[in-house]
Order: sequence, then structure tokens, then C-alpha cells
Amino acid sequence: MMQKRDLTCIGCPMGCQITVELDGEEIKSVTGNSCKIGDRYARKEVIHPERTVTSTIAVTGGDKQRCSVKTKGNIPKDMIFECMDAINRVSIPAPVKIGDVVIRDVCRTGIDVVATRNIHKA
Amino acid sequence: METTEMMSYDIVIVGGGPAGLAAAIAARKNGTDRILILERDKELGGILNQCIHNGFGLHTFKEELTGPEYADRFIQQVYEMNIEYKLDTMVMDISAEKVVTAMNRRDGMFRIRAGAVILAMGCRERPRGALNIPGYRPAGIYSAGTAQRLVNIEGYMPGHEVVILGSGDIGLIMARRMTLEGATVKVVAELMPYSGGLKRNIVQCLDDFGIPLKLSHTVVDIEGKERVRAVTIARVGKDMKPIPGTEERYTCDTLLLSTGLIPENELSAGCGVEMNPVTKGPFVNEIMETNIPGIFACGNVLHVHDLVDYVSEEAAKAGEAAARYVQSGCAEASGDRTPIRLVATGGVRYTVPSTIHTDRMDDLLTVRFRVGAVYRQAYVSVYFDDERVQHQKKKIMAPGEMEQIILQKKKLLERPDLQTITIKIEEDDTADPMKGSSDGRNMSHTNESSGAADSTAQADHLKEA
Repeated sequence: MMQKRDLTCIGCPMGCQITVELDGEEIKSVTGNSCKIGDRYARKEVIHPERTVTSTIAVTGGDKQRCSVKTKGNIPKDMIFECMDAINRVSIPAPVKIGDVVIRDVCRTGIDVVATRNIHKA
Repeated sequence: METTEMMSYDIVIVGGGPAGLAAAIAARKNGTDRILILERDKELGGILNQCIHNGFGLHTFKEELTGPEYADRFIQQVYEMNIEYKLDTMVMDISAEKVVTAMNRRDGMFRIRAGAVILAMGCRERPRGALNIPGYRPAGIYSAGTAQRLVNIEGYMPGHEVVILGSGDIGLIMARRMTLEGATVKVVAELMPYSGGLKRNIVQCLDDFGIPLKLSHTVVDIEGKERVRAVTIARVGKDMKPIPGTEERYTCDTLLLSTGLIPENELSAGCGVEMNPVTKGPFVNEIMETNIPGIFACGNVLHVHDLVDYVSEEAAKAGEAAARYVQSGCAEASGDRTPIRLVATGGVRYTVPSTIHTDRMDDLLTVRFRVGAVYRQAYVSVYFDDERVQHQKKKIMAPGEMEQIILQKKKLLERPDLQTITIKIEEDDTADPMKGSSDGRNMSHTNESSGAADSTAQADHLKEA
């Protein structure tokens, strides 16, 4: 069955209005985009939408209470809240360095959660 | 105060955020030894430390970073270059003679004689008091940036049921952030008929979570004496006044305000720096110098940016110019001819810089500006005095997104009598000999003849999320 999906591209500030025609999981056409980023985004978005998740994590014994973190790559959009639960369950001891893995393979996505700031010992 | 001996530095930088850091690094790279950064917070990095979302640095580092990561790239350079800085330090006054008065707990009150001063204080959020919202003054009303700091730095949740007024990027980002942390964001109300934030933020921060955005709406009542209990919003007419009968009431415990940023220029005004009433920041020339020789400005204190990469770029220019100023023995600006004046008109609200001394400008000079309304398929036109030298079609321009053109020094030098450069938006393209050649999808300008320069449409694509 043919379906039409209207999307706003998040690839850049242009915010192109993109229309994707698809039959089940088969993409028939992508229109409205101005560049390749839009095409790539639209194809991904209609089948397997993904996002980067950023949040903070509790730190013990550090000069700050919270350490900001991010998923090192995109994770499936429908796993954002599961990922947030995992992030909110852990706390890490200071010191922390940018890039330190705080959760490996979060929710079996294959993606690590890493620290995005340095925390020194208190 | 008179008992303390006055310190002396070549360059004093007020503010250790993205602008101050980039200015300091550039000044050191250009050979200035004695640089001091004064920062009010307990750490360097400024507002980036609480901007934990990603999308920063695509332009500068060709990768997508979070705010703290972007800041750290600069902080590490400051450490490596042994640039001095004082934290927890409040600057009280800057004199026109470039004596900086500051205080902190360790040194008490102290004064510094500076060869040059770089203003990099950033901006503040417009508070509730500036919005004329009726109702009580209960707890639970925060500016979006305050809420961002509470959640991301302090680890506190400001509330659980949230209404947001204003659709600036910080408000949108906080709608997502609060939702991820378990709060319910009921609605985002925006006074204007368009969002002040990026479309991609509307998708990622609102649409992803089913949060409604109500354009042309404002808050007309706040209920609750001790704590916010409910907020009523209403549609506004063309006159921006609420339309009776359109009220909708939302029960909530929190109201976040994302209603605009204002450059923080108390210190600048105090020393006699001339201010642009449009940007609420100083007027600067081609090297980011204010009307007071040796006092420079960069970053959000100059004009509010939406892309930190441009802050870093602008600040580096200020740092370099300050270094040159100090090394030249603080000689007053050269230029035997009067500077060229940049005029913003016809939909262009302001330009930075606002004057150009051609002899001191770089080969290519980026002029940044904002438009006052949403324009589709309109042209950015540049006039050298009365002659149009650039006419570039843009698919869309909006107040929330900074625009730029680039001027070439050699083109300006070809016209020794040039007095004004006018930048305006033209919706009618009848005067355009290239008419019809632009298919609307072609972002890459239809330059006319001796054109001023290319404007890099590409750079517009790099705005942070």
C-alpha cells in the first residue's frame, strides 16, 4: 500500500519540507529536499528514525554534582526513554574525562554513552 | 582601594565564555604576552557549560560537539598557552582610560591598567518583569536558561508540568530536556506568527515528543499565590493584543520564559562606549573596536548569535586586533580617510560591523546582520553608495537566523570616494538583469557584475541545534 509521509529535515537550518512516498518499507520517492543530507535523513527517518541523546549523570566525589553525557552515535528514536532510564540509574566516581565511556552498549544499541565534560576530584 | 598597587596587563578580557576564550587565544597567537581573563563564574566556558545538547562546532571543528566539549577545546588551549585568568571575579567598572576595577574573595578589590580591553560579557535573558504578564508572582516561573542551569549543572528539576512562553532555541531545547527528565511539557506559546527558533529544533524538541507549538499566542494569566497552579494563554491579533474568547487554561507548576536575549552592556555603557539601540550592543568597526580606541567587543555582548562558531570567529578577530593595537604602542586608529558607513535598511535591522576603515580591513570582511521579518524568495542587496553591486536570492530568511555577506577589500579600494554601503532586502526582482536565472533551489546567489563578494550560503547550514 502506497503511503505518503511529510517531514521537516533536521539536517540544517533550511528545514526543507520533504515528502517521502513509500510502499511498506520500500521507498518510492523523496521530494522537496535541497540536498543529499535531506535525502539521507528522509530515507532513514521513515524507516528507522534515530537521534543522539544528551543528558547528565550523577557524579560522586567530584567538584561538580552532575557530568554531562551523550550517546556517542545516534540511537533508535523509540529507545530514547529507555536510554534515559539507563542513564538515570548510574552514577560514576570522579575524576571523569571527556570521552570516558560511562555506559557501554546502552540498551544493546551498540552505542556507548560517553562523558562530555571533565570532572575533577573534589 | 587607593592603597592597592595597580596591576598592569597588555590585554584584559572581561568574560571567560566562548568569546573571551577565543579572543585570548587569538591575542596570544598574535604575540601578546600579558593577557588576563576575568570570569565571574567558578569555571571557564560560560554558557556553553550548561548547553549539554549537541550541534556545536560543525564549522570550527568539522564535527558535532556538545557545548561543554566545544568550550573544552578552547579551555585546553588557554591552559597550554599559560594565559592567566581569574575566576569568581566580578568586574565593577571599566574607565575610558582602560582601568578595570574588579573584585573577588581572594584579592579583594583591585585595579588593572590595561593596554586594551576586550568586552566579552555575553548576554542576559529577558526577565518576566520586562514582559508585562498579569497575575501573581508565585514560585515556578523561570527563564529557560535558569531552568537549563538548574537541570544540567545543579541537577535539580524546576517542576513537573510545564508551560513554555517563547519559542527561542533555549525554550525549545528545554522543552525536550524537561521531557527527557520526566516532566510533561503541555504547550509552547509564541507571540509572533513564526518561531524564533530553528525548524530542526521544532522537529527534534517538540514534534518528536508531541508538544504543541501555538504561534500568535501569549500568556494572559498566571494563577497561584505560592506556586504556579495554572497558566492561561490566548491568541493574539495583528496588533499583538490578546483576542477575548480564545483563552485556554493549562494546569501546571512551572512556566519557562524563552523570550529573548539582551547583550549585557552595563560596563560598556559605563565607560562611554557608544551603543546600537537595535542590537543593544556596541557599535564596532571592521576590527571589532568600539568608538573608544583600544576597547573591543565580541560575542553576545556585541549582538546575540545563534551559532557559537561565529562567536569564536568574531572574537578571534577582536583578539588579533587588540594584540596589534597594543603592539603598535596603542596608537590611535589609522585611516586618513573617514570610514565607510554601513547602512541597514529595508528589512535589514542592523549590521556588524557598522563602519569600515578600508586600510585596516582584511581581504575578505564578513558583515553579519538580521532581518526583521520572514522573507521568502527575496534578495539581499548590497549598494555601494547608489550602485547596486550585489543581489542575491535567498529561499528563506527569518529573524531567528543570522545572515551574512562578505565584502572584498579590493572592491572597496577601487572606490576611494565610497561613503556608504547599504544592505537591504528587496522582494521585487524587476531590476535584476539576471531575472529568471535563479530557480529558487539554487542557494548560490545571482551576483551582479562587479559584485561585492560571495555570501556563503553554505555557512548558514551550520547553525547549531
